[in-house]
Amino acid sequence: MKYQPVIGLEVHVQLLTDTKIFCGCSTKFGSEPNSQTCPVCLGLPGALPVLNKKVVEFAIKAGLSTNCSITPRSIFARKNYFYPDLPKGYQISQFEDPICQWGWLDIKVDDGETKRIRITRIHMEEDAGKLVHGELSGRDDGSGVDLNRACTPLLEVVSEPDLRSSDEAVSYLKQLHQIVTWLGICDGNMEEGSFRCDANVSVMPVGSSTFGTRAEIKNVNSFKFVKQAIEYEIQRQIDLIEDGGTVVQETRLFDPNSGTTRSMRSKEEAHDYRYFPDPDLVPLVISDQWVERSRRELPELPEQRQQRFMNELGLPLYDAEVLTASRALADYFEAGVAAGGNAKTVGNWIMGEITRALNDTGTPIESCPVSPGQLAELLQLIDNSTISGKIAKTVFDEMWKSGKAPQTIVEDQGLVQVSDSGAIESIINGIMAANAGQVEDYRGGKEKVFGFFVGQVMKASKGKANPAVVNELLLNKLKG
Amino acid sequence: MKISVADVEHAASLARLELTSEEKELFAGQIGAILDYVEKLKELDTEGIVPTSHAVPMENAFREDIVQPSIGVARSLANAPEREGSFFAVPKVIE
Repeated sequence: MKYQPVIGLEVHVQLLTDTKIFCGCSTKFGSEPNSQTCPVCLGLPGALPVLNKKVVEFAIKAGLSTNCSITPRSIFARKNYFYPDLPKGYQISQFEDPICQWGWLDIKVDDGETKRIRITRIHMEEDAGKLVHGELSGRDDGSGVDLNRACTPLLEVVSEPDLRSSDEAVSYLKQLHQIVTWLGICDGNMEEGSFRCDANVSVMPVGSSTFGTRAEIKNVNSFKFVKQAIEYEIQRQIDLIEDGGTVVQETRLFDPNSGTTRSMRSKEEAHDYRYFPDPDLVPLVISDQWVERSRRELPELPEQRQQRFMNELGLPLYDAEVLTASRALADYFEAGVAAGGNAKTVGNWIMGEITRALNDTGTPIESCPVSPGQLAELLQLIDNSTISGKIAKTVFDEMWKSGKAPQTIVEDQGLVQVSDSGAIESIINGIMAANAGQVEDYRGGKEKVFGFFVGQVMKASKGKANPAVVNELLLNKLKG
Repeated sequence: MKISVADVEHAASLARLELTSEEKELFAGQIGAILDYVEKLKELDTEGIVPTSHAVPMENAFREDIVQPSIGVARSLANAPEREGSFFAVPKVIE
């Protein structure tokens, strides 16, 4: 039988605020355990949580950027369960009336088409603390609790089960990741857990309209692992059904080392969270004016910017997509164009030389040693025939290393292109004289040797001869 | 409303309470009586009335995103039954 996978994703987005969601403790990563705690995030009796306004602002931005409706009146709820990383015995979250609802993202699928993935809800909640095992000196039998992370603001973005393959799931995740980092509300660091994903996976016979029983996979912290975990889980469920078994609803943990998922101890009753409105936090009312103000404050989003790059700057779709991979990259590109560079050429250089150099040195575009203005200056030197495109690459490498202006490098190293036909002609004459045999070959119809002559001339001129002039003169000379 | 001993056991396990069999019987009766009273309240016509989640008519209490001093590791851990370095120490919870 053929099976159809059905996938829904729950993504936790850690927000880039300075303080926690309900208290003024710092959210800085990597401090001494329990040094960033107070009565609120320690869950001490009588402490009163107060909502961080920035969390609300960020949630509204995330909602508007994913086509959600902003709920005019939302409330916080207590989600009750016991775990040592949760000092209050409940997590403050949203249950009924989350801040954002009914959104969607159009993801790109294989054939260049798009597919709409519905977003059920986005809600605000606090993170739990961190448990460490085995690192505690002299204690093999215990775990340590660090509550620095407790109460860190999160958004949980819940999709409808609209995804039908691991590739669609990754495409959705990447798009969501791009949006939250673009908005500057999340650093997107998946390894550190700033953007993490749980996947609900089930399978059903192709053509069926009834979903199978789903398993929830936790702990998937890279795009690669999401793909791996979902594919493993799909196959596990199919094998199970084919062997006459049934899938049980459970939470499974992905193990990146083996690429498999395994059952976490069944929580049975633990899923009875007994949600109820948190009386400590008053209702959140968001006016239309507030929503509209947030809408006006939104940056131009990747999708819109792509369209503009295509419509106004005449870039092909591929270039527009690559150049809007991040906001910083798109900004760099636009600054290069604003400094007088031709859009297509600036784009090519960014996608070529600059990306290569960034990757080779592990440098983020934000700290690119060659400024967009310098890049535009370099391209102008090609445009006005001061240097050839080939020499420009040499100049670029020098700019990268020294940070010097392209004009200075060209002058210092004597790289100005030779377009003077007299000078080039004399080089050609010399080379033709020294290679009479090849001249005969060419004239006898072996046109392939033309490349040999171009190479020789360029070499003799140390790469400085203007290739267009070389081509033209050579052609005339060789034809006799 | 009839509350069974099994219902009490379920609620007790969610709340991590250990009860004797006498207590289970006792609480089954008491919880039943409370729920009977709730049943009585349900007789009231609440059609069109928004459920009350908060008793105080107040909304939008915010704080700005400005760091305030924390209380420090020593005070944070002052009430910890057990500690290890700067961590709260708990029984092993890894699965």
